[in-house]
Amino acid sequence: MHLTSLLEIAADALGDRTAVGPHDGGLTYEALLARARATSRDLGQREAQRLVAVDVNSQAVPVGIFGAACAGIPYVPVNYRLADAQLAAILGRAAPGVAVVEPSVPARFPAGISGLPMMTRDEFLLADGPDRPGPDLDPEDPAVLLFTSGTTGEPKAALLRHRHLTSYVLETVEFLGADGGDAALVSVPPYHIAGIAAVLTAVWSGRRLVYLPQFSPEAWVDLAAAESVTHAMVVPTMLGRILEVLHERGEKLPALQHLSYGGGRMPVAIVERALDHLPHVGLVNAYGLTETSSTVAVLGPEDHRQAIASSEPHVRLRLASVGRPLPSLEVEIRGPSGDALGAGQRGEIWVRGEQVSGEYLERGATLSADGWLATSDGGWLDDDSYLFVEGRLDDVIIRGGENLSPGEIEDVLTRHPAVAEAAVVGVPSDEWGEAVAAVIVRRAGSEVSETELRAWVSERLRSTRAPELVEFRAELPYSETGKLLRRVLKAELATGTSTT
Amino acid sequence: MDLKPGTRWASQVCATEVVVVRGAGAPVSLECGGQPMVPVGEAPAPGLELNPSLAGGSLVGKRFAQPDAGIEVLVTKAGEGTLSIDGVALPLKDAKPLPSSD
Repeated sequence: MHLTSLLEIAADALGDRTAVGPHDGGLTYEALLARARATSRDLGQREAQRLVAVDVNSQAVPVGIFGAACAGIPYVPVNYRLADAQLAAILGRAAPGVAVVEPSVPARFPAGISGLPMMTRDEFLLADGPDRPGPDLDPEDPAVLLFTSGTTGEPKAALLRHRHLTSYVLETVEFLGADGGDAALVSVPPYHIAGIAAVLTAVWSGRRLVYLPQFSPEAWVDLAAAESVTHAMVVPTMLGRILEVLHERGEKLPALQHLSYGGGRMPVAIVERALDHLPHVGLVNAYGLTETSSTVAVLGPEDHRQAIASSEPHVRLRLASVGRPLPSLEVEIRGPSGDALGAGQRGEIWVRGEQVSGEYLERGATLSADGWLATSDGGWLDDDSYLFVEGRLDDVIIRGGENLSPGEIEDVLTRHPAVAEAAVVGVPSDEWGEAVAAVIVRRAGSEVSETELRAWVSERLRSTRAPELVEFRAELPYSETGKLLRRVLKAELATGTSTT
Repeated sequence: MDLKPGTRWASQVCATEVVVVRGAGAPVSLECGGQPMVPVGEAPAPGLELNPSLAGGSLVGKRFAQPDAGIEVLVTKAGEGTLSIDGVALPLKDAKPLPSSD
């Protein structure tokens, strides 16, 4: 299917329901479709080959996604907060096309970007053009290009075709499944796959989209309360901060039904706090990749409740899992030689299904001949097919021949009452090849020593997992989308430098 | 007819419209109300009538599937006709919704 059909079918059924914006004065489904078509006429008269978005969150995101779809060209959202040189390089690769930009962007490039005329969001939301024969809409065409965060080297641009995204929506979302009063708060940026998937799944289910232009925990809580938000998705760095604000204010967000988290490893201690502070909210943990059109596995509300209430260690442990793979795709754990491993064995996570693209701009396809994607994530499946993700394979610490998962050690560290955040990386060691190093952010007003933390880990895991090096810092480095920048820490610790 | 995933089909004898979620491996005939469905946007043939024995109707959002043939369709517009494949009514699929994760 094509994204255009997705919106047309929803608009046919939902007409005057609000699709995006506030309770009062938002865009209805009909208006969103009309705006997308006007946008496509404008893009058509400009002969644009791509619609590039360099902007904060707003209703221009769904208009852009569907407007580009109607015009038969890809939507290319880019992080406007990148440094000038990096942004210019990405925009150069995204051109030729037309860009809708945050008001401060044009002044940063006085000479412009070749092949990429810019317009502001306000201009974009009013743009129209003469009627013209519509383009052929082929589900094989690229729908979205997403530049991955690329903590090292040149960012890759993942390419998702219409058939990948619509397959994900058709397989995982109930058409018109939302109640009339449902509202989804989107605070992840549009250049994150979750920001794209949020638009598509909300439109297909009939759930109103509410946009937070830029994330701050206070603004998130304010908007969730004001708009009676029922559904929201957050990345790990957001949830802890949101919980602190909720706690300070005594706010419970009574309308909130579903809170999903993903986009990186969530410390179990924060999940437990969320379950405790928001008992009426169904928590959903989702694991997915840009290359898989979002979610691959989910741990649902019932899984959370069972795990927290269980006295059986293997059930309790599921709180640290990402749940079970979607019924519409296959997940395998494979060893270094490519053979599938059994339950309980650690290896690389592989995925296959209609929503899996694994394709990149300028690089082509990376799927195996029989359609499997190697995720570069390490993990294992338990006897009941719950998937445990241990992080990037590159991040695994090999100490004296033993493979150690940083996430496992971080989970133990963040359970210490004095620890707010923890990051574990491998550093070069003459004795062991690699040694375990931990960077700790202490809770305000709390004290804890290196020796205490080492003992804390030894008692709960094994002594080989206890950090040989512990460094205390004021903050950890995160990417814009909440991913811990382990490589930055690793480089700093290896050379003995520090940014704080 | 080529029931490719994502293709949209309309009944010739009632208001029913569907989208194909999973396509058939082999060519089959998807019908509604006893008549073959046509691509959405195509005019129905004149003079066709709803077969009263195939007038069970279907509701928007329901999924119908024939696992043996690998076919699954989703109703995007309700209508009076019964969905069938090669004359055999398509069974309703009991789909458990997944928790929203985006």
